[in-house]
Amino acid sequence: MTGVESGGSGLPVGAVTSPGSGPPGGVRGGVAPERDREAGTVGPAGTAGGIGASPVRPDGALKVRGEFAFSSDLWADDMLWGATLRSPHPSATIRRIDIGAALAVPGVYAVLTADDVPGDRYYGLDVADQPVLAVDEVCYRGEPVAIVAADHPETARRAVRRIVVDYRVREPVTDPEAALAGGRLVRHVPIRRGDPAAVAEVVVTGEYRVGMQDQAFLGPESGLAVPAPDGGVELYVATQWLHADQRQVAAALGLPAELVRLSLAGVGGAFGAREDLSMQVHASLLALRTGRPVKMVYGREESFVGHVHRHPAILRYEHGATRDGELVYVRARILLDGGAYTSTTPAVVANAATLGVGPYRVPNVTVDAYGVHTNNPPCGAMRGFGAVQACFGYESQMDRLAEAVGLDPVQVRVRNALAEGGVMPTGQVVEGPAPVARLLELVRDRPAPPPVGDDPRQLPGGVANTTTPEQVVRGVGYAIGIKNVCFSEGFDDYATARVRLELIGGEPTALVHTAAAEVGQGLVTVQAQIARTELGVARVVVATADTGVGSAGSSSASRQTYMTGGAVRAACRAVRAALVARLPGRPGAAGDDGDGQVDGGGLELAGGAVRDAAGRTLGTLVELLGAGPVEETVRWRHRPTRPLDPVTGQGDAHVQYAFAAHRATVDVDPELGLVRVVEIATAQDVGRAINPEAVLGQIQGGTAQGLGLALMEELQVVDGVIRNPSFTDYLIPTVLDVPPMAVDVLELADPHAPYGLRGVGEPPTISATPAIVAAVRAATGVPLARVPVRPEHLTGTG
Amino acid sequence: MRIDCVVNGEPRRADDVWAGESLLHVLRERLGLPGAKNACEQGECGSCTVYLDGEPVCACLVPAGQARGREVVTVEGLGPGPGELDPVQRAFVAAGAVQCGFCTPGLVVAVHDLLARTPSPADPEIREALAGNLCRCTGYEKILTAVRLAAGREHES
Repeated sequence: MTGVESGGSGLPVGAVTSPGSGPPGGVRGGVAPERDREAGTVGPAGTAGGIGASPVRPDGALKVRGEFAFSSDLWADDMLWGATLRSPHPSATIRRIDIGAALAVPGVYAVLTADDVPGDRYYGLDVADQPVLAVDEVCYRGEPVAIVAADHPETARRAVRRIVVDYRVREPVTDPEAALAGGRLVRHVPIRRGDPAAVAEVVVTGEYRVGMQDQAFLGPESGLAVPAPDGGVELYVATQWLHADQRQVAAALGLPAELVRLSLAGVGGAFGAREDLSMQVHASLLALRTGRPVKMVYGREESFVGHVHRHPAILRYEHGATRDGELVYVRARILLDGGAYTSTTPAVVANAATLGVGPYRVPNVTVDAYGVHTNNPPCGAMRGFGAVQACFGYESQMDRLAEAVGLDPVQVRVRNALAEGGVMPTGQVVEGPAPVARLLELVRDRPAPPPVGDDPRQLPGGVANTTTPEQVVRGVGYAIGIKNVCFSEGFDDYATARVRLELIGGEPTALVHTAAAEVGQGLVTVQAQIARTELGVARVVVATADTGVGSAGSSSASRQTYMTGGAVRAACRAVRAALVARLPGRPGAAGDDGDGQVDGGGLELAGGAVRDAAGRTLGTLVELLGAGPVEETVRWRHRPTRPLDPVTGQGDAHVQYAFAAHRATVDVDPELGLVRVVEIATAQDVGRAINPEAVLGQIQGGTAQGLGLALMEELQVVDGVIRNPSFTDYLIPTVLDVPPMAVDVLELADPHAPYGLRGVGEPPTISATPAIVAAVRAATGVPLARVPVRPEHLTGTG
Repeated sequence: MRIDCVVNGEPRRADDVWAGESLLHVLRERLGLPGAKNACEQGECGSCTVYLDGEPVCACLVPAGQARGREVVTVEGLGPGPGELDPVQRAFVAAGAVQCGFCTPGLVVAVHDLLARTPSPADPEIREALAGNLCRCTGYEKILTAVRLAAGREHES
């Protein structure tokens, strides 16, 4: 931290979090937790600020005061600014790069190209195919070609403009069908189940398209690299997975991992866009070359080309059913445009394929999902990750089927709903609750929102006064989605937690240290809640996430509360076992026996003491910790998964399935093509709400992103060029666009998951989009087959 | 150029400011006040909202020179004292309106301004007033709860 001001996440070690109260007001829409089953005893109940409560988040006060140090807020003495030259062409070879004029700019300290990369010149999450800086060619518009360090950001930008690159422009491949035909396949995942030639009485078909959505987090890619005296680098960045960054940065720098030390700076949202590297290697290269700290901050336009996007998709579906609406078969072909580099395309393709028929019982399934390379912007992770695209396809089809057999949209879904013990198209049996029918019934049975009024602020077009109440047509639509939680297909998925219990100022204090990325979702709060519950202490410190402790895996795939939560719980239980071993007369006492108690003898840790089953105190924490701190580090894994069979797509590939359902109500001005979403109701099973307020935050925020994809969000890519890389032209929902969101939360415990919890972050994004489009179809009768829906799709003028 | 202005009640000076620098850049990079955020740099997202002579502005759109001799209040200056929170700030924390927090400083200033003008706004007024502040995490529900709470309408939440 030498010379770094306000480094780290704004949660320096020593900031004690304490249990607070939940929100003083009630919750609009209301969480109506409904708990059918408990996943066994979960340690001492009732510790204030423990699991199931919604304590005030420890970084909240810093954030409202503007004192939380985001990755773009960092500053160091003697700091330089980095800037990046990017390709203006989607596809070109590079004949020559002349950096002379850029180097001559006063205030410029370094200009680097691919020749200056000391280690591996290519990186990537799965496949190292993306150049740190362009090597002899560029494959998408916006690809980094050269980097500059200078004493003022504007100086760096001016120097970038003086770099001369001699390009020989090539014809870009921008059509994913042409890419597939031309052999630019990244991955094909086939799913074969049952009879491929099955026939049915009722057949509905459709082709659907999903546009390119952007994560559009507000905090741009940014960070600070500080050269270290030992020849290494200290990197303060916003990321979703510190250790994946560390591995790739170290390889590019040609340094051992221990010389590349990362700390999590404040993260201004992520949503998948921070899984791949952005400025990490570039800032490190410049810092090591100049011997000075280097800060890089992308502007918004650069951010739009500086991270991967959601894969655009073309989906063809054929659903066969009985006259009663019972599914006989589903055949689907899903084509995903991965853009120029691999990123996470292989896993996105697998999700689209394995989740491609939705949460339904289907005896005969033929799905082929393909991901291809083009010269479009690279696509990778975004919230929902392959499941979003598929859901728009299969839910649009379920509405067509409902119409064909004369059922209402909820009836046809309930008739085919997957349930516990059901079989997925991969042959995987769904273990644990799968309340698909119930979630649909919950949103259906919600009271309808008020009818169309005459306040122009609540009409399509708003205060632009475009629309009178008489012109408005209303529609209601439903959708449900399915998402896998955690990493799949046999990946060795683990999280590490270190927990230390000691006396500070005479009071037992727990220090929780992980490398898990807090990206806004509230993981810092959850880690402290788990420690309070497991250790029965009020004072918990959550250390800044860094690479000084083992990997936590990524804050993605709805997995981090499951995984790092599981690791923190396991480390706390190891600490408890060590404490029991310190009890007089109990050398080598048994450890955690899995029932949440300290040992099989019914001991528990609560209220600062170890107690027996009768509630007698056997030793206080103050006594037991008098001999010194107890510290345990645990690497924790979920149940193993299996690869998919490459020919049949059969296999127990996923850890856990999560479900959410939406009902959307919209008002439409059909003449102008204006849509106003009146209300969205969500029902989701979260297994166990570790922090109910954070669960609501995930559901409401995720639903809003699904609304964006339904009605406004699309990167418009023409000939490989993004035409709208700004918040003026790429529209994300404002508070005027997002309606009241009623939420029902079910807590049906998954017996395999920590505390029974189920990943929360992604499901609400998945089904919100098709529910809204279904509502617009219901209002207008227009057979919309593409998202986002634009006004001209409704007026028939586009 | 040199810029003298009053920021959060204190006279401040910035030297060697480039002609093209925004008030946002000067606050963040020259005066050590990174509370106002740099999310779009074209006035679309509201993350950089500060008061300039009592009017909320997007600091990214204000050339630094225009702040000369004027009074700026940033999110860092809203609280009654060091480490203390304004009621709007308290409401954001209490209502769970903060997730990643990048939009929060701008929203806090915007809500502070709204409630100074309209102490008890109805929901449509709140939505209209905050339409220039983008949030990507919350879906805005908890932000509305926070505004109602700060306005003493929490019983309606």
